[in-house]
Amino acid sequence: MSEHTIHTPILQLTDVRKEYGSDGITTEVLHGISLTMEQGEFTALIGPSGSGKSTLLNIIGLLEQPTGGSLLMQGRETGTMPEEELTRLRGKSIGFVFQFHHLIPAFTALENVMLPLMLEEGRLTPEQRERAVWLLTRVGLADRVDFKPGKLSGGQQQRVAIARALAVNPPLVLADEPTGNLDTAAADGIFKLLYEINRESGTTFLIVTHDPRLAKRCSRVVELVDGRVVS
Amino acid sequence: MRIDWLLALRFLREGRAQTLFMLGGVVMGVGVIVFLISLITGLQRSIIAKTLGTQAHVVMRPPDDEARRIIKPSSTLAVSANIERRAQRLSSILQWQQVIRLLESRKEVTAVSPLVSGPSFAVRGNATKSVALMGVEPERYTAIVPMSSFMKEGAFRITANDAAIGIDLARDLGASLGDKIRLQTADGRSETITVAGIFDVGIRDLNRRWVFITLRSAQNLLDLVGGVSSIDVAIRDLFAAEVLSGRLAALTGLTAESWMKTNAQLMVGLRSQNASSYLIQFFVIVSVAFGIASVLVVSVIQKSREIGILRAMGCSRQRILRVFLLQGGIVGLAGSLLGCGVGAALVTFFARTAINPDGTQVFPVVLELHMFLLAAGVATITGILAAAAPAVRASKLDPVVAIRNV
Ligand SMILES: Nc1ncnc2c1ncn2[C@@H]1O[C@H](COP(=O)(O)OP(=O)(O)O)[C@@H](O)[C@H]1O
Ligand SMILES: [Mg+2]
Repeated sequence: MSEHTIHTPILQLTDVRKEYGSDGITTEVLHGISLTMEQGEFTALIGPSGSGKSTLLNIIGLLEQPTGGSLLMQGRETGTMPEEELTRLRGKSIGFVFQFHHLIPAFTALENVMLPLMLEEGRLTPEQRERAVWLLTRVGLADRVDFKPGKLSGGQQQRVAIARALAVNPPLVLADEPTGNLDTAAADGIFKLLYEINRESGTTFLIVTHDPRLAKRCSRVVELVDGRVVS
Repeated sequence: MRIDWLLALRFLREGRAQTLFMLGGVVMGVGVIVFLISLITGLQRSIIAKTLGTQAHVVMRPPDDEARRIIKPSSTLAVSANIERRAQRLSSILQWQQVIRLLESRKEVTAVSPLVSGPSFAVRGNATKSVALMGVEPERYTAIVPMSSFMKEGAFRITANDAAIGIDLARDLGASLGDKIRLQTADGRSETITVAGIFDVGIRDLNRRWVFITLRSAQNLLDLVGGVSSIDVAIRDLFAAEVLSGRLAALTGLTAESWMKTNAQLMVGLRSQNASSYLIQFFVIVSVAFGIASVLVVSVIQKSREIGILRAMGCSRQRILRVFLLQGGIVGLAGSLLGCGVGAALVTFFARTAINPDGTQVFPVVLELHMFLLAAGVATITGILAAAAPAVRASKLDPVVAIRNV
């Protein structure tokens, strides 16, 4: 993809660094990451364990602040934003799918999916319910809407997490090893679902995966080794 | 606000045992406070009512006429000035009619009654008893002390011939209704009255000493013609008596003594009872607050993953803060409503079991709406304040920590 597109890239990282530690004993985990993602990309982020993939994803997801470099989200510099604004931007623009699905156990599948909508609007509306049901139907869980996460299989829980990530229709979805602890069949199913959603709605995906087989099916692969982009 | 309420209620429902634990603490705390307040209020009111049943709120007397001498401390001589009281002569309020009119014109004053009182002997046959003459205008006096309600026999009818005496004096003299009694003073004046009423004011000493006669008879017997020895005043606000007495004294040039000063010992007792009650309430509130705070601190740690997820999904710190403050407030409010019920039930039960030998309750139960509202308000605020530290902690949780650590 060209470096000089006319429209604004959804994501633009320039020389992003991340150090951990304090009192002089610091370790740099990310050593100057530069990365641009265009709207609609379906990108895999691969690399050995400890190479900084989760750290990078958390930074892109505005959960962590980089210690150096700049991050433009849809053209807007995020480094100078106050915490509240970052939170608002995160809620509106980014969907998360975590490896361990991280659903709220006391909430039903439906309520978990409605949660980002309720947080955005501050209250509960019938439209939110409609959209959540539609999303759960889309991920193949129409008959599981009122189940609590504990009553669902790993693959089903991850589908709920995907529906939740899509709830506010964010332009960017970040998935950290979404198939990490699923069997091959379930992993394939989840991957296929993400790909279909990308095709249907043009949502940009950045997916961390260990599985080279799945990475091969992505339109773009970014490889991270020791905190550096190697390809 | 809706989502905050929803999350707060969900969190509370989820932590079932913890929530019940906090609720239990508030219910017990509020129950104890409600019980304590209504018990003490009931007891104090009945003590005060009993005390004021036979007393005026404020008593006006002639200015102190003790022989006062100013002793200059510069004197090198040993001062042996004995301040002598004037000889045994009752001092009186002259122009008391004007004073009464002046007092009656005040809106704080509800009743005014002149009184001529002094010592005398009551003689019947060969029985002689020392008594206190109470010369009154019956209509005015009953507005101060409800004598009619104390009558055991006859009526509180005071005329030139008719008088009322106490039940114990009647027994001592062997007198009954219609019998004649001679009243005789130390300087030899005497008058004969007929017993028209026998009262029991509930205090044996008064039942033994009080003899009610007309103002004029008392003036004659006590050599106070044209004057009265004191003026009884009843006022609207009982507890303003002390302040008001000063004002009335300044207004009339007389001395004024409030019931609070007359019963100083009682007031000290009531005040220290109140103080210890406040202290107990304070410690109950503090321990309830600590209970809520410590449960919520644990709950924040247990829910750190949920909090992290919420934050990742765009939930602001302020919202997390509000959700936890709300949990404290909800527990405080719900617990206090239950606690009010428990406290009210307890005190009602207690009052029913505390029965005088004659079957009446020892004290009336005082359950007032404003007490419940106050308890609910205090408990809600206590809940919110107790939740403050855990809520701040929750709002400062780093979502990354929660998400990374499964
Ligand atoms: N909060 C932290 N403090 C210190 N070091 C950290 C912290 N988070 C991650 N790291 C370190 O950063 C490196 C990259 O971690 P991570 O991004 O989780 O890698 P990956 O997801 O590729 O396995 C690891 O060496 C990890 O120990
Ligand atoms: Mg990782």
